[in-house]
Amino acid sequence: MIRAVMVMNTQGKPRLAKFYDFQPPEKQQELIRSVYGGFLCSRAENVSNFVQADAIFGPDTLMVYKHYATLYFVFVFDSSENELAMLDLIQVFVETLDKCFKNVCELDIVFNFSKMHTILDEIIFGGQVLETISAEVMKAVDEITKLEKASNAVTLVPKSVSGWQSR
Amino acid sequence: MGSQGGWGQSKEFLDLVKSIGEARSKAEEDRIVLNEIEMLKRRINEPDIPKKKMKEYIIRLVYVEMLGHDASFGYIHAVKMTHDDSLLLKRTGYLAVTLFLNEDHDLIILIVNTIQKDLKSDNYLVVCAALTAVCKLINEETIPAVLPQVVELLGHQKEAVRKKAIMALHRFYQRSPSSVTHLISNFRKRLCDNDPGVMGATLCPLFDLISADVDSYKDLVTSFVSILKQVAERRLPKSYDYHQMPAPFIQIRLLKILALLGSGDKQASEHMYTVLGDIFRKCDSSSNIGNAVLYECICCVSSIHPSPKLLDSAAEVTSRFLKSDNHNLKYLGIDALRRLMKVNPDIAEEHQLAVIDCLEDPDDTLKRKTFELLFKMTKSTNVEVIVDRMIDYMISINDNHYKTEIASRCVELAEQFAPSNHWFIQTMNKVFEHAGDLVNVKVAHNLMRLIAEGFGDDDEGTDNQLRSSAVESYLRILSEPKLPSMFLQVICWVLGEYGTADGKFSASYITGKLCDVAEAHPSDDIVKAYAVTAIMKICAFEIAAGRKVELLPECQSLIDELSASHSTDLQQRAYELQAVLGLDGHAVESIMPADASCEDIEVDKSLSFLNSYVQQSLEKGAQPYIPENERSGILNISNFRNQDQHESSAHGLRFEAYELPKPSITLRTPAPAPAVSSTELVPISEPTYPKETNQAAKLSTVTDTGATELKLRLEGVQKKWGKPTYSTPVPSTSSSNLKTTNGVNQLGQATLSSHSRDVSYDSKRPQAEISPEKQKLAASLFGGSSSKPDKKPQSTSHKTSRLGNPASEKPQVATASAATTELAPQKTAPVQTPPPDLLDLGEPTVGDTIPSIDPFKQLEGLLGPPDVSSSTNSGTVSVTQPPDLMALYGDSSLSGVSSSISNLVPTNLDSMNLVSSSSSAADHGGSKVALSASLKKGPNPQDSLEKDSLARQLGVTPSIQNPNLFRDLLG
Repeated sequence: MIRAVMVMNTQGKPRLAKFYDFQPPEKQQELIRSVYGGFLCSRAENVSNFVQADAIFGPDTLMVYKHYATLYFVFVFDSSENELAMLDLIQVFVETLDKCFKNVCELDIVFNFSKMHTILDEIIFGGQVLETISAEVMKAVDEITKLEKASNAVTLVPKSVSGWQSR
Repeated sequence: MGSQGGWGQSKEFLDLVKSIGEARSKAEEDRIVLNEIEMLKRRINEPDIPKKKMKEYIIRLVYVEMLGHDASFGYIHAVKMTHDDSLLLKRTGYLAVTLFLNEDHDLIILIVNTIQKDLKSDNYLVVCAALTAVCKLINEETIPAVLPQVVELLGHQKEAVRKKAIMALHRFYQRSPSSVTHLISNFRKRLCDNDPGVMGATLCPLFDLISADVDSYKDLVTSFVSILKQVAERRLPKSYDYHQMPAPFIQIRLLKILALLGSGDKQASEHMYTVLGDIFRKCDSSSNIGNAVLYECICCVSSIHPSPKLLDSAAEVTSRFLKSDNHNLKYLGIDALRRLMKVNPDIAEEHQLAVIDCLEDPDDTLKRKTFELLFKMTKSTNVEVIVDRMIDYMISINDNHYKTEIASRCVELAEQFAPSNHWFIQTMNKVFEHAGDLVNVKVAHNLMRLIAEGFGDDDEGTDNQLRSSAVESYLRILSEPKLPSMFLQVICWVLGEYGTADGKFSASYITGKLCDVAEAHPSDDIVKAYAVTAIMKICAFEIAAGRKVELLPECQSLIDELSASHSTDLQQRAYELQAVLGLDGHAVESIMPADASCEDIEVDKSLSFLNSYVQQSLEKGAQPYIPENERSGILNISNFRNQDQHESSAHGLRFEAYELPKPSITLRTPAPAPAVSSTELVPISEPTYPKETNQAAKLSTVTDTGATELKLRLEGVQKKWGKPTYSTPVPSTSSSNLKTTNGVNQLGQATLSSHSRDVSYDSKRPQAEISPEKQKLAASLFGGSSSKPDKKPQSTSHKTSRLGNPASEKPQVATASAATTELAPQKTAPVQTPPPDLLDLGEPTVGDTIPSIDPFKQLEGLLGPPDVSSSTNSGTVSVTQPPDLMALYGDSSLSGVSSSISNLVPTNLDSMNLVSSSSSAADHGGSKVALSASLKKGPNPQDSLEKDSLARQLGVTPSIQNPNLFRDLLG
């Protein structure tokens, strides 16, 4: 099971944090800090992408991270998942983000982090891998976007119409 | 969609993010965020906020909370937003509540109703959003409220909904297995879903279910195998490919499941061999994901009943991983090696240099994984090198958590394989010095116990030697500054018990040292307590020996100081010491007998010595004692209390009325005060010993009488010293030779395991261009012959190769035999076997000198029980039982599958190839074997036609994404 997904920038500022076992906000901060301070910032180049995380997340947990430009993507999971596959799941996630935002950068993520959550929810559901095909994820997200826009329009139209009528 | 298009946030939000981004310090950031919170607090409570604005506020709340600030004031608005009809707002609301709330939050009650409504919505996106919320927010108590809807959704027309419904059900199972036990069949049913995605999702819950209870799912082995086969043969739609691999994530899940199902089950494993072989052959090892699948294959192969051919393939892939430059692959290679070594200990030998490279790699993760591997392959011949390495590493790291772990591993290895007592004490000293208080208390207690009880030999001389070497080393170490408290406790205890035992040091010298310890740690009450008790013991021994005790002035002042201490414990100890000093030799000897820390104290639990007193009192008219469980009134109250506690711990919704207020009576179980004079005041209580020991001790006390109790406890120690991986049932022989038998037995195992490994590491392939240091390390780690240039061919018997290499073995043999004569006293063992020396010292000698006779074989014959023989092939140990089991329903398993699948399939005849052929395979029952045999032959026109016609029969239109099939047809 996947315990947590974190995205943070190279200064350790969280950009997204999702814990599949509930953690109170203070604990979340502590975890993010220890992930960054304990591992990521001091991690050498050209080493493996795995880190044993049992000091932070309890026994039998592993962390896999990937560094893209100014961002770290971190997945925390237990031994029921395959390490390399998790690395590829990060890849799927990032590929999807990339398709969604057309060359994703940190700013996209900051301003659209609700969309990022939407994407993540399509990939990981309740700590389990739900979908690994980036195209499928895109399809689902696009559909949501379309419908959201539509529903927005529906709520907006009557207002403008009534406003126009009353004039 | 640009960065802000469609999801646009206002300028304010942009400014906020920007200013936070530009903040130069944490304090500045906090200030900005606090301002934001103030602003949000004000704005969010204004009446008539436009919904769009509200949505943005909620998003900002989420953002603020992500940065670590409390946004609880806005939770209720997020909850309200979930009630909105607009999908955008509803989804935002759900997102916010899933991030804000946990499943026990009070606001959940306000959401359950909305979730219920949304699960029934016509719009499948609303349903999906609700399902996401279900996963996060529904707790055990609210599961029944949504369960019917979720189950209904398993049949939803949209596969996205079906998938999520399965996951939600899985989540329910994780949260409270009992709530969904009656629905588990749904998972099996969904395995036949015509959407491969849904099938893949079903594997998640099935994996959990199978790991909880393997036996109930054995019938699915053939289905899983056939699914895996079809996936590997690219029979899924092209869209499931990822980096040219067919549905790798599904493959990985299936392999994990098969590993569980095939573990220790020969019959089930045999079903898997072909498909695993196929995957090994076909898998693309150039991509990351391909390697992930390969790695999973190795895990599977090492877990199921071993197949030599597959093990070869696995070893080949492992060596490729290890040779790779990619650290991730190296990491996996080390892990794969560890797994394969369980099946085939020989395999590590080939990769010794790769292992050493990994050990010296700057990558910490890799290093740790390698230590894990070394830990598994430690034996008496390489324990010194490995433990030294581990201690060096332990000293070099700062991570307390890992330090603790590695320290406990060092201790474990040292206890199991220590070549000599001296080395053992030295190693423990190092561990204590550097890992200090991180070491588990048990370790300290174990060490003390070990020193006290000796190493299980009857020879007091050896033990005394050990003790005096411990005392000496501790006196030396005491001069070092800043020793961890735990270590000091051990030192004090040992000095107290044995400081004067060998007469080398005078009582006043030792008490002086102990006083120094107490004075140097004025704030550490525990150390002081240990020190005082130690002083008391020294004095008591002196008095008992008839010598006059003159307390040193500093000692006297220490006692004075402690008798006025704030700690009652210290006070008591100080007064006791003074009292002891005033007693005569006889009395003291019975209070504090020398070297009696291992004697069992008999506790008279029935307090029979009070009987006469009780009798007297009764005669005088006192109330008789009513046992606790007969005091009915109080019993009820205690029940209430328990219930109450239970309920308050399960914080959440309560639907029943509150109970009446209860009388608050604190019920206390009368403490059974064992008023037995204790020889041991240092707080080392029985329960702190490792469970194993405890049980062993208990077990033997049942069969044995009190007279041999000291010995029996030693037996517990021995057990610890043996190899825990090969646990042997204690042969139930007569109590008198119970101990010896056990000892021999343990030894035999150790002999076997280390012997067979010894041997296996000996034949080495020549390695080109290796630095001499590494070679040396390799030699010491892997058995010591790699440096030899003249290599024996691998096929030669290990034993001869060992004989051919006496030079490298000699020093070891020499020390070993020396140590044997010196330390290990010959026991009255019933067999002519190596001396039952628990340090594993003897057996390399034996292996060397009489290689043609396996001492273990002899033992085997003598000890009788077949459990020993099975351990010769570690792979088969656990297997003996399961095959029988399988045989029982081996026949029925096929029909089981066919019925379970064929029952389901007709309902959806337009199902995919995937399902149809698995079901058809099952339908055809008897002919299945032949069919599957022909299927795996690959492109064969006749087969393809057959397949196609089969598919047509079942009403399946072959998918376009099956190029193979069409090529077959056209060709």
